[in-house]
Amino acid sequence: MLTRVITTALFAGFITGIIAAILQFALIQPLLLHAELFENGTLTHFGDAGAGTTGHMVWLGLDPQRDLLSILFSAIIYTGYSFLLVAGISLAAEQGHHISPRSGLIWGFAGFIALHLAPAMGLPPELPGAGAADVAARQVWWFGTVAATALGLWLIAFGKSPITWAIAVLALAIPHIIGAPHPDLFTGPVPPELAAHFSARAIGVGLVCWSILGLLAGYFWSKEADS
Amino acid sequence: MNTQAKVAVQTQTKTSTNMMVIAFAAFVGLGMITIAGHLQAAALHDAAHDVRHATGFPCH
Repeated sequence: MLTRVITTALFAGFITGIIAAILQFALIQPLLLHAELFENGTLTHFGDAGAGTTGHMVWLGLDPQRDLLSILFSAIIYTGYSFLLVAGISLAAEQGHHISPRSGLIWGFAGFIALHLAPAMGLPPELPGAGAADVAARQVWWFGTVAATALGLWLIAFGKSPITWAIAVLALAIPHIIGAPHPDLFTGPVPPELAAHFSARAIGVGLVCWSILGLLAGYFWSKEADS
Repeated sequence: MNTQAKVAVQTQTKTSTNMMVIAFAAFVGLGMITIAGHLQAAALHDAAHDVRHATGFPCH
């Protein structure tokens, strides 16, 4: 089983990490680099005496070192996601549930909800320079939300009684009842149009990548003979 | 020990080994996400910066 877990997690995670990096360069990086022009003062929101700031993006070129590091860390983080997902998949398989690429897709959706969507509802993916609360407080909320959401989804999927489902709903709701830490003041220099677009794209790319991760994890899991 | 009991013991051993493998996988995954995605050490933060923003981790 150890071989199966490691093989599945590494292959699914690494392939997805590379795809995530490509999608990041195509869809996310241009917005991020545009935002940095506001962060470093090259552009000013409501510049030109209040006439507004150009919404057209400038192609800022490649930065080999920065972009290679992004590919590397994308692969590491998605492999980390993959190990967590495969831990869940193998626990379910251990309890007799069948795993296929098809059910892997559902696992991917659940992973997306737990590690991407639920935290994003309190702490939307932010551009560099965005005003935000203390990073340690946000990280505590992030980890707590991921854990509570994962627990809630697990109980919905595998619970068999209304009481279990009630606990599941509570687990899903609690992080949002407590609420994510937010800044006292909004001081971000970046236009909200850009920030909103960035958040939507980061969440969308997250869904695409988690779907691929789930499919691949289900595929490699069912392909690897149990040893 | 009769055969049935032996099978039961073997199954139990296999189950506990599998549970250790599952815990190991969860630990590795959590460790990778914490180190690559959340540690604030300057070198790690700068290297992982763009991906941390893209994945929606609290970054700064």
